[in-house]
Amino acid sequence: MSNPTYTAIFYLFAAITVFSAAFVVFSRNVIYSAFSLLFTFFGIAALYVFLSADFIAVTQVVVYVGGILVLLLFGVMFTNNIMDTDLKTDVLHAIPGTFLFLGILAALLFTFYTTNGWMPSDTQLQGSVVERIGFETMSRYVLPFEMASILLLAALIGAAFLARYDNGGTNEH
Amino acid sequence: MEQLTTIGINHYLTISAILFALGLYAVMTRKNAIVVLMGVELILNAANINFLAFSHYNGGMEGVMFSLFVIVLAAAEAAVALAIIINIYKIFKSVDVSSIDSMKE
Repeated sequence: MSNPTYTAIFYLFAAITVFSAAFVVFSRNVIYSAFSLLFTFFGIAALYVFLSADFIAVTQVVVYVGGILVLLLFGVMFTNNIMDTDLKTDVLHAIPGTFLFLGILAALLFTFYTTNGWMPSDTQLQGSVVERIGFETMSRYVLPFEMASILLLAALIGAAFLARYDNGGTNEH
Repeated sequence: MEQLTTIGINHYLTISAILFALGLYAVMTRKNAIVVLMGVELILNAANINFLAFSHYNGGMEGVMFSLFVIVLAAAEAAVALAIIINIYKIFKSVDVSSIDSMKE
């Protein structure tokens, strides 16, 4: 697909994703990181649309932006004294971390670009996949679907139990 | 030039490799537990991009379904991890993962 507009829009969203992800990682301020993560998630959702997975893109926006990012912001605000600290996060092991970052990146890119076997299939995904996701969920993936729902219920009850307000153990009854 | 202007699978794999490496850097170097969690989210998103790219260019639905389950599990993981972080903050008055080294209160 060598439509120039298509290519330009792809590179725009790719740049948004990569630069905001870099800002998440290299910013010292936790709040800036959290808000930059918003742009990363939106950019990734746009890339999902390019990959003809529109339902996954909508799920990404709903779950990541609407759920996980709000949870992370609540976490930031619960675990910092806004009044007397400046919400900074220190850096630990910066030199080994940088080596690991560059090493992993170089190794992955080397593997991707030197593997000559990426042969695109003749029957690539086209258009919307919503209907096919519905069929797959209710046929081949019905057991993982139910297991995921039970796991989500258990995890959310467990999280609510773990994080409940407890004023010093006086309500032991 | 043809490589750059024709969007192929290598473009998606490159973005996913960059996101994975950035997430790994955040997990390894950050002291604040919440930024570590953000790094984990970046890694999960990088994996999702790979799943969807291979699924798109292969024509099957396996990657799409798997990425859906990855999103569900990421939601559960974020909820439980934040509950644990809030408990750590209650006990230690800090979320600095390098200074939390005792398992008793």
